[in-house]
Amino acid sequence: MKILVNGESADTRAGTLAELLGELGLGEAIVATALNGAVVRAVKRAATPIASGDRVEILAPMQGG
Amino acid sequence: MDALTPNAAGLADAVEFYGTRVTSRLLLGTAQYPSPAILSEAIRASGAEIVTVSLRRESGAAKAGQSFWQIIRDLGVKVLPNTAGCKTVKEAVTTAEMARDLFDTPWVKLEVIGEDDTLQPDVFGLVEAARILSRDGFQVFPYTTDDLVVAEKLIAAGCEVLMPWGAPIGSGRGLNNPYGLRSLRAHFPRVPLVVDAGIGLPSHAAAAMEMGYDAVLLNTAVAKAGDPVRMARAFARAIEAGREAVIADPMEVRDMAAPSTPVMGRGVFGE
Repeated sequence: MKILVNGESADTRAGTLAELLGELGLGEAIVATALNGAVVRAVKRAATPIASGDRVEILAPMQGG
Repeated sequence: MDALTPNAAGLADAVEFYGTRVTSRLLLGTAQYPSPAILSEAIRASGAEIVTVSLRRESGAAKAGQSFWQIIRDLGVKVLPNTAGCKTVKEAVTTAEMARDLFDTPWVKLEVIGEDDTLQPDVFGLVEAARILSRDGFQVFPYTTDDLVVAEKLIAAGCEVLMPWGAPIGSGRGLNNPYGLRSLRAHFPRVPLVVDAGIGLPSHAAAAMEMGYDAVLLNTAVAKAGDPVRMARAFARAIEAGREAVIADPMEVRDMAAPSTPVMGRGVFGE
């Protein structure tokens, strides 16, 4: 199915947010996630299903002032 | 104890942010350094115990965020995540929530930017976002202007630290409105106050400390110096000097000269 990951179209077979991170090679990464504009905490990812057309944001630590 | 009174118990001079004591009064940003190695060395040289960090989109291929995070973790410093670039209350609140999950801290440097040329805070959005986040358990460090009434409203919204700007972010202009900053200090003698943004030189940072500010937050002045590590050290010394000067209680300024060398008993020559 097609979803949007960080603003770009992506094809995925993942059923949950945790599976999607695994697919993207970010299974072990330190990231924060949001689904359709709402924050999904790390502990909730495995229980958060994703559906066609969903918008997923994946953010990581970055340099900042 | 008054923030400006030297500690009678002889404990190390420290500042408290939401109950966390730090002895370094330099908060350092982590952006724009020439290399990760120089970033790391500059943080060490600065003696900073708190560094600011941000969040950006991560790609599975690059994983830039992961290597950056490893550097920060290795340094063992506390992180203050920012909401840089956010222009609406919703963006700032959502970014803060993601930062809390990512960095496992209730601290957030709250930025709600209102205007691109000056990166001036949108103080209306800032107060609203501060209220929402404080109610949700965040410990908010608001990046604000030197407006006294806005400062009052931020305190009422739950902020226990205020971070007024010295000058626009990245401008290096120093303290644009010393009167406004001095007024804030006088009005909030017990609130930890941090000059955040606009600092270009160690003398600017020393001036902020001499006004009685509790700390200084800066980034570009170190990161964009020809030798960031050396500049980090220069800022650390200037901030210590300014702090020491406040505790030492400076002399009064006078309009007319007063001889520092005693005049009594000097030799008389001629008639």
